Amino acid sequence: MGEVNTFMQSIPLEYFIILSSVLFSLGVLGVLVRKNAIVMLGCVELMLNSVNLLLAAFSAYNGNSDGQLLVFFIMVVAAAEVAVGLAIIAMLYRNTRSVDVSIFNKLRG
Amino acid sequence: MENLVYAIILLPLLGFLINGLFGKNLPKTVVGSLATAMVFGSFAIAVYLFLNFDSESQPQVFTAFEWFRVNGIQINFGFLIDQLSLMMVMIITGIGSLIHLYSIGYMSHDKGFYKFFTYLNLFIFSMLLLVMGSNYLILFIGWEGVGLCSYLLIGFWYTNEEYGKAARKAFIMNRIGDLALLIGIFMIASQTNAIDYLSIKQNAGQFELDGTIIIFITASLFIGATGKSAQVPLYTWLPDAMAGPTPVSALIHAATMVTAGIYLVVRSNFLFTLAPTVQGGILFIGFLTAALAGFYALRQNDIKKVLAYSTVSQLGFMFIALGLGAYTTAMFHVMTHAFFKALMFLGAGSVIHAMSNEQDMRFMGGLKKYIPITHFTFLIGTLAISGFPLLSGMISKDEILVAAFAKNPMYWVLLFILAATTAAYMFRLYYLTFHGEFRGTEEQKHHLHESPSTMTLPLIVLAIFSVLGGLINLPHFIGHGHYAKLMEWLKPVLTEESYKQMEATLSGVPFGTEMILLGATVVMFFTVWFIVKNIYVNKKKQALPEEQYTGWEKLSARKLYVDELYNALIVKTVEGLGRGGKMFDKNVLDKAVDFVGEGAEDSGRSMKRIQNGNVETYILIMSLAVGIILIVNFILQ
Repeated sequence: MGEVNTFMQSIPLEYFIILSSVLFSLGVLGVLVRKNAIVMLGCVELMLNSVNLLLAAFSAYNGNSDGQLLVFFIMVVAAAEVAVGLAIIAMLYRNTRSVDVSIFNKLRG
Repeated sequence: MENLVYAIILLPLLGFLINGLFGKNLPKTVVGSLATAMVFGSFAIAVYLFLNFDSESQPQVFTAFEWFRVNGIQINFGFLIDQLSLMMVMIITGIGSLIHLYSIGYMSHDKGFYKFFTYLNLFIFSMLLLVMGSNYLILFIGWEGVGLCSYLLIGFWYTNEEYGKAARKAFIMNRIGDLALLIGIFMIASQTNAIDYLSIKQNAGQFELDGTIIIFITASLFIGATGKSAQVPLYTWLPDAMAGPTPVSALIHAATMVTAGIYLVVRSNFLFTLAPTVQGGILFIGFLTAALAGFYALRQNDIKKVLAYSTVSQLGFMFIALGLGAYTTAMFHVMTHAFFKALMFLGAGSVIHAMSNEQDMRFMGGLKKYIPITHFTFLIGTLAISGFPLLSGMISKDEILVAAFAKNPMYWVLLFILAATTAAYMFRLYYLTFHGEFRGTEEQKHHLHESPSTMTLPLIVLAIFSVLGGLINLPHFIGHGHYAKLMEWLKPVLTEESYKQMEATLSGVPFGTEMILLGATVVMFFTVWFIVKNIYVNKKKQALPEEQYTGWEKLSARKLYVDELYNALIVKTVEGLGRGGKMFDKNVLDKAVDFVGEGAEDSGRSMKRIQNGNVETYILIMSLAVGIILIVNFILQ
């Protein structure tokens, strides 16, 4: 892992943080602004990825592989989640012919 | 013998159950005779037991079953047969069965015929439980039982609201006394670790003479007794209890209920003897009650109310005897009073029956020739209670007078005046009802008739007992050694101390003095008789409506405004407290509780708006929340 570390450490950590913050904020913004459920799922994916990037960066800087393991976890969980999410969206589409989340308010209190 | 004892108690219960469950569908004759036969059966058994009993017999306890044990105190459901309980059982069932028999005639036109007999049997059952129980708890069960039955029977004609009120009044006033009694019983249990009479009697020596504890216990028991036996201050229910059918009045006044207080004190003589202070209190209350009630009775117009106040007054006499420590004298007066008071109440019922439910003496008069049997038996009752020489009432009352003289001649003077009052109101009642011109309506006059034989027979039997009842306890100068049979017979019931106290009271008067006292009462009796007769027969004075009396007569007719006083002092205060409580409840408690509830509801309602089911809103809120948390976190660092 040594070579990777030296390569990574040649790039300042701030760059990674700024990049993942931008990516995360874009994800949040996308979820908040868009009404298409599939795009929203994609934006969630974007947020997850920004976190993954950060985890990988910190892991490399610290010379500790725990963060990279976590990245794999997140990937697995995200994959499973997307499978469920897409299934739900598919069902919603079959019932309403739409994936616009603003019309789904059946969970109203 | 054990089975016989249970049978005494169970027969009236059986009558109660049969009549209560099936009476509605049974013919009246069956219901009436069944109820009467049950009580008479108990009476027959009691007489049989009595014949096998003498003054030497030891008290016998029959334990039906072990009931429960609490805090080391074993409580059995048992019955005690001794001279006192046997005497009470004979009075209750003997007079009770006569009253049952009488009721068959009296209630024959009533819709609630079967209900009436059901209650009557339950009444007898409760009273038997009260006097036969072997401990204070069973006494209390019976005590409450007679309270319940008096409520049911006083309010028997429940469609009349006034009658219902009278029933409630009796019930509530009794409840006050019952609370005191219960406290007394608990106190006894905690002090002696027992509640059965025999163990307490044995352990009574542990109490300090006139100590605080014994005073507290006996005072509590006595307050209980004032409730049941209608003494000051809990006496006002008894005259109102006249709302019930007349046989009920006879039963309450003569055989049951009001004698319970006397019985309680005599039964607890081993405690009361230890508390001279309370005995003094009993004496005082007795005097006060006898005087007040005697005074009220002078100007009442309702025939039953005169008799009711007369009972209260006579009960006062009995408590005076108890206060003097003359326990058997009190029991003697209980017995003779039971005879003549039952006789007079049933007689009054017969009069009311003849007068088509008229109870006001102002509209009677001259009934002598229309209802001869009632008139004659009533006259005997009047003579007995007023003190005609050698009739039962005279002998028993004279014994109280002598006992009072031995204690303090002033007591005798007071009692002498009270006895004269008794004679005065009784003769007023007699002359207003049976002599002079008939003052009722033509219709009533036409309707006047002697009562059926089921009603007159009890009158005749009771009249015979009223005449002869005194013979069982003759004054000693007549008896020559065989005197005072009742006193000797009841001796085993009393503790040695009680008996000594009583003997000292009763034999403290020299023979010559006693003869003079006796002569004085006889002269007093004939003087009062003559005066009253002169006023109401020769001068033809009439009873006036309550409002037209003036001076002392008005005070008597309006009963010194005690009911109004109680109403103003107690009823209004309690009502005020109730209103205050209601206000507090409505304005403070309700508001506080409502505030909590409404707060939760309001916050829920406003939170509900956020839950619009829209995914975007949820995400927005979530993001904002995360943002806020981050910012706060940043600031705090």
